[in-house]
Amino acid sequence: MKKEFSQNIGFFGLFFCMVITLLALGSIIYFIAARGFGVLNWDFLTKVPYSAMTKGGIAPVITGTFYITLGAIIFALPLGLACAIYLCEYSPKSIVVNIIRISINNLAGVPSVVFGLFGLAVFVKFLGFGVSILSGSLTLGILALPIIISSAQEALLAVPHSIREASLSLGATKWGTIKNVVLPSALPGILTGVILSIGRVAGETAPILFTAAAFYTRGYPKSVFSEVMVLPYHIYALMTEGAHPDEQRAIAYGCSLVLLLLVLFISGVAIFLRQRKRGLYG
Amino acid sequence: MKKLHFKEKLYKGIFTILAFASLFFLVGIVLVLIKEGLPIFKEVSFLKFIFGRYWYPTYNPAEFGILPLILASVWVTLGAMIICVPLGVGSALYLNELAGPAQKAILKPVIELLASIPSVVFGFFGMVILTPFLQKVFHLPTGLTALNASIILGVMAIPTVCSIAEDALNYVPNAFREASFAVGATRWQTLTRVVIPAAGSGISTAIILGMSRAVGETMTVLMVAGGAAVIPHTFLEPVRPMTAAIAAEMGEAPMGGNHYHALFAIALILFVITFLFNVIAEIISRRFRIKLGLSG
Repeated sequence: MKKEFSQNIGFFGLFFCMVITLLALGSIIYFIAARGFGVLNWDFLTKVPYSAMTKGGIAPVITGTFYITLGAIIFALPLGLACAIYLCEYSPKSIVVNIIRISINNLAGVPSVVFGLFGLAVFVKFLGFGVSILSGSLTLGILALPIIISSAQEALLAVPHSIREASLSLGATKWGTIKNVVLPSALPGILTGVILSIGRVAGETAPILFTAAAFYTRGYPKSVFSEVMVLPYHIYALMTEGAHPDEQRAIAYGCSLVLLLLVLFISGVAIFLRQRKRGLYG
Repeated sequence: MKKLHFKEKLYKGIFTILAFASLFFLVGIVLVLIKEGLPIFKEVSFLKFIFGRYWYPTYNPAEFGILPLILASVWVTLGAMIICVPLGVGSALYLNELAGPAQKAILKPVIELLASIPSVVFGFFGMVILTPFLQKVFHLPTGLTALNASIILGVMAIPTVCSIAEDALNYVPNAFREASFAVGATRWQTLTRVVIPAAGSGISTAIILGMSRAVGETMTVLMVAGGAAVIPHTFLEPVRPMTAAIAAEMGEAPMGGNHYHALFAIALILFVITFLFNVIAEIISRRFRIKLGLSG
């Protein structure tokens, strides 16, 4: 009897934890959705801002987010994929491989603001790219690198060895096997990682604070060397800069909702794909 | 035949070089932090920098003591842990031990999805909703306080802690549970005396990685911690954690000046702290897998 009582209390406690977790995180989404929804309309998404950011839309901000994310992936995908291919297909099991693996793990744990400082010192100042889309994309690309590498690695390892051996026994070369056999079957897993990193990169703020972001630029960015307005930084700037806090707050709600929907959608797709794949193969 | 051989070698060479590039970035980050951070120690001794009680980087003469910033980070991180450890681990236990397959199939991806909410959105929520609320409840001059930052960071870290802890619980072999039931233990006894001890080091890995995330988190603390660089006495005061100081001041610090170098030195210290957390987590999780008879 006593045993059962403590069990009930304990189980209720765990259930309670789960409920609080979902309520706390759900309420954040709810508040932003409820207050941001009124701001959203077609003009908000497609017009440029005017009257000191208090009127008009956020189209250049959305475009900027798109450019900088695209740039980051263009940089990180080939590098990350190559790194994963080396680690899974070519690397002799050695200390060197372990060092690479450990440094990738640690790269994933580096605080995002530290990436920002690295980008500032190397891309903005040393290489002279200035505060620009290019500097921001490269900085975010390094941040995305560990995510792409680890999911590509997972996808490559999931390809059964027998398939590789079958290809090699037919006389295919190692590279031929990788290109024609391994990569095509690992492709869905690799794509999932790419989508996941897009979601992460699109929402990051700290790395682009000093490398790419501007509160206001005239219209759309003109080249990879222009400063750029991006959604996450825009939310921060609307709340901390400018002369019209009340009007800006309304726009910040709209921006937050757009960013939230964007990131949740992208990550949702990635998680759905991964879930389905894991379901298929156990 | 020779041409083919060359092509194979070429590809291997390319992949090797690109793989080392990622190593290069980690080393590069460390080198940049050292190169840009160390010059400050010509102005201030290392001990004075760490234990100095005053952070007045723009005064003349300037003071570069980061103790208030370090303590702010410690307070905010510990506060966040008080929230995210019980809720994150509790949710993981519920998910792994109590939830049915249908619940699990929905809740696991939902938790993962919640982990992807950008930090700036949490910061924004803290500013517009939690700040006025805390100000009213505690009758404060400002709602932007260490408490505010702790709550937001804590809630933000729950999904991370929960996901990693749930993975650890998954590694506990079912045979452990069955053996416990076979000797007449209840589900609760099995949970507290078999499953949790078996997964203990895996769960501590989750907690350490959650802490690492909280220490390094920037945007939320920048937006809601209040920004006062003074040694905190209560949770109801504004504070300025290390990450917030870097993010807030780097824009104004003149390139190559003492302030600039001091901010890089803070980043270096931050890097070392999170690096240690990650290494400890890695070591614990490897021992955990060996203990459970899984390959490292």
